[in-house]
Amino acid sequence: MKITKADVEHVAKLARLEITEAEQDAFSKQLSAILTYVEQLKTLDTAGVEPTATVLEQTNVFREDKARPSLSVEKALANAPEREDGHFAVPKIIEER
Amino acid sequence: MAYEVVIGLEVHAQLLTQSKMFCACGTKFGLPANSQTCPICLGMPGTLPVINKKAVEMAVRTGLALQCRIGEKNRFARKNYFYPDLPKGYQISQYEAPICEQGSVEVEVGQAKKPIRIRRAHLEEDAGKNIHEAGAHGSRVDLNRAGTPLLEIVTEPDMCSADEVVAYLKQLRETLMYLEVCDGNMEEGSLRCEPNLSLRPVGQKAFGTKVELKNINSFKFVKEAIEYEIKRQTKVLNEGGKIAQETRLWDSDKGETATMRSKEEAHDYRYFPDPDLVPLSLSPEWIEELRTTLPELPGARQRRFVGEYGLPKYDAEVLTGTKAMADYFEACVRLFPQPKTVSNWVMGELLRELNNAGVSAAASPVSPERLVSLLQLVEKATISLKVAREIFPELYASGKAPEQIVQEKGLTQVSDEGALAKIIDEVIAKNHAQVEQYRGGKEAVLGFLVGQVMKSSGGKANPGKVNELLKKKLAG
Amino acid sequence: MSLYKLTLRELQEKFTKGEVTACEIVQAYQLRINQVEPKVRAYITLTKESAMAQAEALDEKLKGWRRTMPLMGMPVAVKDNICTQNVLTTCASRMLGNFVPPYDASVIARLRGQSYLLLGKTNLDEFAMGSSTENSAFGPSRNPWNLSRVPGGSSGGSAAAVAADLCAAALGSDTGGSIRQPAACCGVVGLKPTYGRVSRFGLVAFASSLDQIGPITKDVADAAMVLGVIAGHDPLDSTSANLPVPDYAKALKKKDFKKLKVGVPREYFAEGLDPEVEQAVQAAIEEIKQLGAEIKEIALPRTDAAIATYYLIATAEASSNLARYDGVKYGLRSKETANLLDMYMKTRQEGFGPEVKRRIMLGTYALSAGYYDAYYGKAQAVRTLIRQDFEAAFREVDLIVTPVTPTPAFKLGEKSEDPLQMYLSDIYTISVNLAGNPAISVPCGFSKTGLPIGLQLIGRPFEEETLLRGAHAYEQATGWRAKRPNIR
Repeated sequence: MKITKADVEHVAKLARLEITEAEQDAFSKQLSAILTYVEQLKTLDTAGVEPTATVLEQTNVFREDKARPSLSVEKALANAPEREDGHFAVPKIIEER
Repeated sequence: MAYEVVIGLEVHAQLLTQSKMFCACGTKFGLPANSQTCPICLGMPGTLPVINKKAVEMAVRTGLALQCRIGEKNRFARKNYFYPDLPKGYQISQYEAPICEQGSVEVEVGQAKKPIRIRRAHLEEDAGKNIHEAGAHGSRVDLNRAGTPLLEIVTEPDMCSADEVVAYLKQLRETLMYLEVCDGNMEEGSLRCEPNLSLRPVGQKAFGTKVELKNINSFKFVKEAIEYEIKRQTKVLNEGGKIAQETRLWDSDKGETATMRSKEEAHDYRYFPDPDLVPLSLSPEWIEELRTTLPELPGARQRRFVGEYGLPKYDAEVLTGTKAMADYFEACVRLFPQPKTVSNWVMGELLRELNNAGVSAAASPVSPERLVSLLQLVEKATISLKVAREIFPELYASGKAPEQIVQEKGLTQVSDEGALAKIIDEVIAKNHAQVEQYRGGKEAVLGFLVGQVMKSSGGKANPGKVNELLKKKLAG
Repeated sequence: MSLYKLTLRELQEKFTKGEVTACEIVQAYQLRINQVEPKVRAYITLTKESAMAQAEALDEKLKGWRRTMPLMGMPVAVKDNICTQNVLTTCASRMLGNFVPPYDASVIARLRGQSYLLLGKTNLDEFAMGSSTENSAFGPSRNPWNLSRVPGGSSGGSAAAVAADLCAAALGSDTGGSIRQPAACCGVVGLKPTYGRVSRFGLVAFASSLDQIGPITKDVADAAMVLGVIAGHDPLDSTSANLPVPDYAKALKKKDFKKLKVGVPREYFAEGLDPEVEQAVQAAIEEIKQLGAEIKEIALPRTDAAIATYYLIATAEASSNLARYDGVKYGLRSKETANLLDMYMKTRQEGFGPEVKRRIMLGTYALSAGYYDAYYGKAQAVRTLIRQDFEAAFREVDLIVTPVTPTPAFKLGEKSEDPLQMYLSDIYTISVNLAGNPAISVPCGFSKTGLPIGLQLIGRPFEEETLLRGAHAYEQATGWRAKRPNIR
């Protein structure tokens, strides 16, 4: 599977990673090699095989609907790179989600 | 060219749980920013979600009320995208296996009834809020709302006018409120709706290009936004233009929609099963148990009010408008089994006061017991209907028992024959001409004479008695 | 004998008897750390002051009290991807270089409940992604047996700390071998419990369906003791199993393999296995046979597919797990950014190292529109087949024995250029994480150059007792444990 530089650029944008020209080259080569290696899975017949999302058998793990005290605003924001008036502060959002 | 409008609706309903979907923070509205957060809903490293059982039960109950098939095995998935109000960089939602599928709601528009199919309803967590202030160089983030449980209810594209959408939305809102799973407050955002709308030439099978509308927070705006958008798209198409697939924001000040994001920027959400959560397995027994907790829904209750109480359809509609009102009505009827009389009072005097005060029937200062006491005073002829109506505002405002008000004001109706006979004699003496007319066969004059008696009794005379006695005297 | 040379149990006995105080323990270890840590660099953060304060408080509290809890007063090192309240937790990443959690991981809460002593947070490959600790943003750790060699990874700091007597025991995490491989490289014991046996709450997620916390210790009995404390149901982790925790010490009483069938998977002794390692493992199998086991050749036919499967699943989960590092709530934020998108892109560019970026890229690709079915979906289905292989094998045998690594610890810088080659060396440990079974690495010999070699035993899900019994019997019958690295 060949991963072009354009593929790398697209995936990097999806993952919100700015990458340099050199990284683009390296990732294109490395990811191509890895994905070529991964191609071997195609030889395994998985028709009708249930996918495994978790190995656990258990279902219905719940908590009861009880509210407990939250963190103080000070503690909630203690690790924030930038805060403003009890809020997390971020640069202007020009790209909508 | 003539176009057919095709509308589908996505509704996000905040569930009325005490705590968030995946952590124990509260779900209150309007608290100081970031005061309702914990390491889990802040998306801190290493923290894990645990499903709120009540939210699952609410989703199942809603699904049952909307005639949905409940997915026995269903699970949560991650929807991956970056946005400051989304602390983990993904939203825990449901994708391939939603909790509810293939339901239906019957709505009434004008005289016609129309089923609107529900495609799916799934559980997810709400995002926080980004606050953009005009002129500021940055934005701020409040994560109080992040993690609040949401039920996203998606219809098939079955609606073809703003009126149908409003009718569907009203009915859905009523149902959610009846189930007590959502407070239905559109302004505070507990109920949010996002219509998607396309036009196609009449007779064409293929759908036209779909536009999504956002930022609509009242029924009025739902109607206005959809009608605006139909006009806009019709104009574009008639001028030979093409509709762009996009999301548009409703601007209620300008009364128009504007592009928010186009399809080219659409995200690749990379859904996959959330490995931090195990699947839900909803046994038929559990589902049936939840079914037994369903309250009677508005439509059924309305029909029952007509059938069981013999109420006019209009009364039944008004009384079942909210669960609280219908409960109030039935509490009264249990104590005073004259449904139409109760209905008149509830829809008349009580509703007027409640509406003035902006209060729900559940919080009425006049309890069903008090209202019934008042009705009983009228029934026993202790006071007249007129007096009862007159004192109702005081009953509402003061919180006093009706008997006390009647007592204090000396409003007890005079039924004593001796006392009445005295007043009647005086009236007959003073109104010779009318008495003669009556005796001469002009029976309509009796009303005037009754009125005179009532007047000189200060309204306290029992009108039935007055009628009876007066007739006797005049005949004598 | 110096305190730092003792096993956890030996030290605990002295402490319980009142022969040493918590302060003396901390002092002894801090002296040792002062001497040796500059060479090994096992730690990212040393909690010197708080460890001493904890010790003083404990000694004070214990005056006249009986000392009963297993880990009370015991000096433990914790991998720096396990959250510790008010103690820096970096994941060896620039991204979390200043992150101080306001909460404890559930395992830490349990250790704290026993009044353990936290000596510090150990080095790892950034976000546990790697097999050598060379991917740490704060520089690699060294192998105490040979300082030019890597200690393995990703829990390399924890394994090196135990091997060099810089703590009495350590916690690591294992997503594809990250406890067992460094334990093998450093000649210590590493246990990866069954998925669900130990709570993951507070373990910074790499790949949620594979991650599991476990002990790295000087011997098997110590591993049993630590597991007994950290195992068990946690309501904060939906993926923790609600099963009772057996008394693991009891499991160690039978010092043999009698009535146990031990499987040797032929696929694990194929091309790529270093002859010295093969020899050591074969000798160990012979020893196990002598100890009463019935040895059976078994097949794990999908072994070849494990690496491809693992690297798709682990990176897909990682790409999502690491999305939260966006410069908004905690951690690094790039300076001087024009707008939100720019802030995201630059923050993540500056905050993550090359291996983490590579895996985020691979995982994002594997989940992206149009590729999900071919990559992630396919890998999940193959994962089912790999589980079925193990289920079939465990219908025939009670334990499986294999090598841990294809070679002994390699030299620093030797492999970091080629990521695929690096991934391929995980071949013996990775399937176990995909299947969810427990596995343990115990020393089984040395290379000619004096580097430790590890033996892996794999058990049935939630049968850590059998696993510990076997590993303990083997350890007790052989003398490998006695040999320690000569580092001062």
